Amino acid sequence: MMSDSTMAGSTIIGAANGLPAELTSPASDWWRSHAKVGMLAFLLSEVAFFSTLITTYVVFLRQTKAGNPSPAEVFHLPLVLTGTACLLSSSITIHLAEKAMRTGKRAGFLGWWGLTIVLGATFLACTGKEWHELICTYGLTISRNLFGSTYFTLVGFHALHVTVGLVLLSTIFLLAWRRALSEQDHTAAEVISWYWHFVDGVWIVVFTLVYLIGR
Amino acid sequence: MATVTQPAALERPFWTARLHEWAVTVDHKRIGIMYVVMAVVFLVIAGLEAEAIRWQLFVPENTFLGPDRFNQFFTMHGTTMVFFVGMPILIGIANYIVPLQIGARDMAFPRLNAFGFWVTLFGGLLAYFSFFIPGGPPAIGWFAYAPLTERAFNRGAGVDFWTLGLLVSGIGTIAAGVNFVATILTLRCPGMTLTKMPFFTWTMLWTSVQILLAIPPLTAALVMVEFDRALGAKFFNPQNDGSAYMWQHLFWFFGHPEVYILILPAFGMISEVIPVFSRKVLFGYEFMAAATMAIVFISMGVWAHHMFCVGMNRTLDMYFAAASLLVSIPTGIKFFNWLATMYGGRISLASPMLFACGFLSMFVLGGLTGIMLACAPFDFQVSDTYFVVGHFHWVLIGGTLFGVFAGIHYWFPKVTGRMLSERLAKWQFWLLLIGFILTFGPMHISGLLGMPRRIYTYLPDRRWQIWNQLSTIGALVQVPSYLLFVINIFWSLKYGQPAGDDPWDAWTLEWATPSPPPTYNFEAVPTIRSRRPLWDAKHPDDPDWKYE
Repeated sequence: MMSDSTMAGSTIIGAANGLPAELTSPASDWWRSHAKVGMLAFLLSEVAFFSTLITTYVVFLRQTKAGNPSPAEVFHLPLVLTGTACLLSSSITIHLAEKAMRTGKRAGFLGWWGLTIVLGATFLACTGKEWHELICTYGLTISRNLFGSTYFTLVGFHALHVTVGLVLLSTIFLLAWRRALSEQDHTAAEVISWYWHFVDGVWIVVFTLVYLIGR
Repeated sequence: MATVTQPAALERPFWTARLHEWAVTVDHKRIGIMYVVMAVVFLVIAGLEAEAIRWQLFVPENTFLGPDRFNQFFTMHGTTMVFFVGMPILIGIANYIVPLQIGARDMAFPRLNAFGFWVTLFGGLLAYFSFFIPGGPPAIGWFAYAPLTERAFNRGAGVDFWTLGLLVSGIGTIAAGVNFVATILTLRCPGMTLTKMPFFTWTMLWTSVQILLAIPPLTAALVMVEFDRALGAKFFNPQNDGSAYMWQHLFWFFGHPEVYILILPAFGMISEVIPVFSRKVLFGYEFMAAATMAIVFISMGVWAHHMFCVGMNRTLDMYFAAASLLVSIPTGIKFFNWLATMYGGRISLASPMLFACGFLSMFVLGGLTGIMLACAPFDFQVSDTYFVVGHFHWVLIGGTLFGVFAGIHYWFPKVTGRMLSERLAKWQFWLLLIGFILTFGPMHISGLLGMPRRIYTYLPDRRWQIWNQLSTIGALVQVPSYLLFVINIFWSLKYGQPAGDDPWDAWTLEWATPSPPPTYNFEAVPTIRSRRPLWDAKHPDDPDWKYE
């Protein structure tokens, strides 16, 4: 893999998979890049996955609201809003990082990309603190009642996706830090940013449903 | 890849070297073959389970299996056929054929491809490991209705192995879906616009979209089952606000599209075989492609026709009945186009075409019982009887299996470089056809007589005995058919006629390479101008691209 990074231009995308250059195309046309189309296809499957969890949450909403403890008793919006603000703004910072990458500004890329990681980690920390409170103060666990089951499953799978995103982001960050980011990795960074935007988008729905409608 | 592993492999003894080559391969052709071999092995296992089930039902009050074993066997039979036979064999054949058909050198993500296969196989092994644990395999039926899957009713780990096995193999299937979409959309050879793709590739594109839409909901639902069982969550536990009904919706939201995942690739194989053996172009190509898309989208909204007897409400019943009937329109379009392709053609009844004709005649009957079942009032009468069992075996064997056999007999020469024995293939076909009709035809009657599915035995005064005995005899007639198939493969591998590049005088790109194709598929990447590039090459005076 590392030797690939010395090669230049768009051929690199094909070379990594042993495909000749004429079968792959410049990364600029997203519908011709198999990495990008592959990521979109994967995100489609993720949409189907989260839709199922979200639908389940909606279906059980009546029982959830009547749970003991109930959402109204345990949710504290300031903490959640802090996390939400971090996550949503991280969509902006990753966009700026990508822009810096395209124009070849290394420092700008590292700064914005690093800030994205910090914001994502802050979101996770907020979730962690919230869960700690829910479990230790209110005794709300996944097995306590249906509210606990649906809540921890939906929010937990979202947090898992944020965690995976942070691992991916950190990998790109380290490669860029060590100046080992190849042309191919630029495409990787771009599709990872798509994934990150998707995870943000899911949170908008989850936040609205769980913390606003579901209280 | 091969150049890297070779020096190490040469030092090993012959068999370990061979094994190592296959274990580390990322070549789409080898992965495709491994998928098919996996599917055939599981086909034999699930087939034996079916034979045991039929033997148990041969006479009233039989004690051959006993209730527990019987329940375990029909659960594992259904699960295996859908997840570890049906999908792997289709994905495997497509893995081999699609890159060749579109003039690519491999799938878009070769390593993801290998991952998908191994994960699918591991899922199958995980599910079957339940045979070796206390309590044995799950006895929950292939759709695993709640609350039977809850810890309170199933304390053994069988259900956990089942759940995790399906979850893991589902991830492999999603990986394959992502890979096919990326491959088909980005790796087509120069000149191959979407409307010039071979038709099998079209159906695989839509099958993959359907995989991406339908498998993840199952994954999510399986996670909930496992959370219920392992962590004490309440999703499907009606005593704690949960809902068993919710599971049915979630499962069938996956389960109905799943049957189209199983049939669409078979449609594609038929659409390759019928033109070649009728010596005509596929009739109504654009309509066929559009009908495939229509089937995918309509079939995403029909799932609750499996649940008419649950007692939803009248509006839902009417909606789901109407939507289900709607699917028959694009399917009908396909049927008439296949018939129109054959009409006036110079039809050769070589084995692939024989199976294709078997498909056409049998699948249409299964479709008709499907229309009957889509009508809610009729379904109220026969739901959960052998009529339903007869119906879905009719479409899955009469449709998917006949289609797959058509595909295997068509492409075997390409994969191995040798022809299958026509004589054995014809015996296989007729034994399968007769055995199949004899097995599943009587089930419609025993179902109408009121025999519920999944009962391990019945009383003699029910008048069900004769129909069950016919079914069992039919199941036994099928056995030599499958045996002949396996014998034919091994015999032909050794003694079959050499096939040459293009034994059927076909028109798509996979026939433009040697048989078997080299690792890199094509020496030079082909450029095409029409849907039938090989026709253009063979008839430069009258090429297709002038008319398309």
